[in-house]
Amino acid sequence: MSKNLRFDILRTALAIGIALFIALVIILFASKEPFTAISQLLIGPLGTVRHFGNVIEMTIPLVFTGLAVSIMFKASQFNLGAEGAFFFGAIGASIIAMKVALPIVVHPLVAILVGGLIGAVITGIPAVLKVKWGASELVSSLMLNYVALFLGLYLINYFFRDVNAGAMVSLPFLETANLLVLIPKTRIHFGIFIAAIMTVIAYYYLYKSKRGYEIIVTGENIKFAEYSGIKTGKVILMAQLIGGFIAGAGGATELLGMYTRFSWQALPGYGWDGVIVAILARNNPILVPIAAFFLAYLRIGADLMSRTTDVQNDVIAIIQGIMIVLIVATSFLSKYRHKMIFNEAKENLGETAKEGK
Amino acid sequence: MGKEILSMQNITKVYPNGIVANNRVNFSITKGEIHALVGENGAGKSTLMKILFGLENPEEGEILLDGRKLSITSPNVAILNGIGMVHQHFMLVPSLTVAENIVLGSEPRKGKLFLDMDKAIIMAEDLAEKYNFDIDVRAHVKDIPVGTKQKVEILKALLRGAEILILDEPTAVLTPQETEELFKELIILKEKGHTIIFISHKLHEVKHFCDRITIMRNGRSMGVYNTKDVSEEDISRLMVGRDVILTVTKNKAQPKEVVLKVRNLTFVNEFGKKALDDISFSVRNGEILGVAGVEGNGQRELVETITGLLKCGKNKILIEGKDISVLGIKELRDLGISHIPEDRMTYGVAENLTIEQNLISNTYDKKELNNGFLMDMKKIIDTTVDLVKDYRIKCNSPKQTVKMLSGGNIQKVVVAREFATEPKLLVADQPTRGIDVGATEFIRTKLVELRDDDSAVLLVSADLNEVMELSDSLIVMFEGKIVAYFEDTDKITEEELGLYMLGVRKQTNEEIGGVVYE
Repeated sequence: MSKNLRFDILRTALAIGIALFIALVIILFASKEPFTAISQLLIGPLGTVRHFGNVIEMTIPLVFTGLAVSIMFKASQFNLGAEGAFFFGAIGASIIAMKVALPIVVHPLVAILVGGLIGAVITGIPAVLKVKWGASELVSSLMLNYVALFLGLYLINYFFRDVNAGAMVSLPFLETANLLVLIPKTRIHFGIFIAAIMTVIAYYYLYKSKRGYEIIVTGENIKFAEYSGIKTGKVILMAQLIGGFIAGAGGATELLGMYTRFSWQALPGYGWDGVIVAILARNNPILVPIAAFFLAYLRIGADLMSRTTDVQNDVIAIIQGIMIVLIVATSFLSKYRHKMIFNEAKENLGETAKEGK
Repeated sequence: MGKEILSMQNITKVYPNGIVANNRVNFSITKGEIHALVGENGAGKSTLMKILFGLENPEEGEILLDGRKLSITSPNVAILNGIGMVHQHFMLVPSLTVAENIVLGSEPRKGKLFLDMDKAIIMAEDLAEKYNFDIDVRAHVKDIPVGTKQKVEILKALLRGAEILILDEPTAVLTPQETEELFKELIILKEKGHTIIFISHKLHEVKHFCDRITIMRNGRSMGVYNTKDVSEEDISRLMVGRDVILTVTKNKAQPKEVVLKVRNLTFVNEFGKKALDDISFSVRNGEILGVAGVEGNGQRELVETITGLLKCGKNKILIEGKDISVLGIKELRDLGISHIPEDRMTYGVAENLTIEQNLISNTYDKKELNNGFLMDMKKIIDTTVDLVKDYRIKCNSPKQTVKMLSGGNIQKVVVAREFATEPKLLVADQPTRGIDVGATEFIRTKLVELRDDDSAVLLVSADLNEVMELSDSLIVMFEGKIVAYFEDTDKITEEELGLYMLGVRKQTNEEIGGVVYE
């Protein structure tokens, strides 16, 4: 219903507003140069092409993980394996990029596909444990992220390390594997198209296909789904495999677009951010790019602020925290909503009374 | 006539889903009366009483107790002011004894720490004796019949000093004999000076032993009447605003081939109890076979094994000769089984999804609704708009979420979906429970239509009127067994049925075997 949607948008906007306001008040008190800090945070990213480019660059991986988490959440599966899938997908893609000689165009595509498949394995493990033995996917996926991290590092550091490089990095990728940079002075790469295509596919899959319908019904009421004849075990597994695939493909895309070697020594955090994006977008794929852009904008703004002023970019954690709490808290504004319903009901009553007699 | 002890004035309550449950309702009772509150389901009776008991807060209006304004914010406040309530669904702890349940929350103690169980038993026994309740206070609640559970609830309220006692549809779960007993006890309570508010929609009960009646319709009060001044027909007209004839007209059944065969079906539940004990029967197309019985005598297990929610052994249940033990729910539905579940909010719908999404849950993957990889949204809209119209689902649009609908309309969504596939076998479990008269009538008519279109119907219902009215033949279940079979439902009376339902009588095996057709 459009009224519900309007209320949701209002609520989200208000949550963002309150969070920003509190952050600004904190900056005002904590900083010696509050106005520079605030302007850097809010409009800094618009300052130069390069900075705005940074926002877009960061948006790309967030779209992937945001979509991944949205699909899994839509099935009511709280699988946090997007982080591990993103990381390990990047590892898989790196290996293809380093070691397998393929022609241009084909090379990155194969690498991304492999990254996606590996990602599906990472989120698939908790999914199988859940379907077979009822193990909470939340706990097992959370733990598995670290398995993915250390297994990945082991592979890179022991088998694919460039011993001639000064740091712990992998061998360089073959040039055929890199994704094209689209806009000069930035690193905005071809991955933006892949992200856009993924968004459209995810939207159609979820809202216009029968498999997506199964995911939505299972996520809303699993007993009803079973009663209706939907094979819920399969659906739960499928949603998480798809989520993992998208996250893994995202890791691969990020790496091939932004780097020439594998150089991460810790989890990059895009999987966790995917949860924030999914919550902001209310698990709707079409809203994911907007939410991802918003989060990336905040992050880059905070980054600029901490580089030029005395305010650390940890402020962003406060904003995120307040935002999420207010959005997730169902009773936030529920009094207002109830009043809205009450007034509407009263109006309707008046109308039917007139019609009736 | 005694003096007015309680009055509720201009009460308005709007639920979060926008339903106006009470619209400026006035309600008052005088001391020492039995006051009936009647109305269709969804008329706002229960809501009004929940407000009185502090379970809901009204948007507008006030409550006066003995002329004093009172704000009842929680059940504790209500209890402190001498208001007690017995809910439709009992709030008892099954593993505790009757005495323990009665004193729960106000337990006698030895010292500060320990319970004084002996004293609790004495307290409970004294109380039962004072009000002439025949009850074993040492029995565990899980072992006692429904009627006794209700007595426990009443005693619980009395122990807390309830002067005003609210009974929410107390007879809904009782057999005729138990109902009779309840009435006797309520009259004793009345003689001892208690005031009773009796929510019901069974008119003959109301007419029988209530002093005054408040009638509600559509969230409003339709006035207060002395029982002796109005006839059942008058009450019914005030309740629904038209003359309801709840007799469904139907022709004699013409059963043909056997669709469902159940043979020697036994089901042992998780507590090791035989919920179903060697059951055999058949349902043929073109007939409605009713299953009567007090709830909890195996009906739920029977329905769930047939519809595939519970697994059963090999060759126990056959549909058109096909053993269903190896089939999943999807395959069963493809065979042509439809199911109206007992618990519609848990199994029947996903309340946060739209009416449209709920209407296609059993057909979404069919070729007709799909167009290659994508679903054919236009076709889905057309189909669901038609269903909404055919089944008179009252809504603004099929895109509305199901939880915004009233109970009767939610049930129509379920019925529309299950009927639309033109099933070979329909298993209808309490198809009209808790919904208004209009929707009930509509659904019952549709059930008969389905039978006339040559479907086989298995109808399970705790509503005696319903099973007797709709079924062509009838089996009675008691403690997991079939204890009676009536080939022609028209030839039995409600009282007779009650005796079988309570296990007082049992037919011979030959008589029961009549329901097995090959």
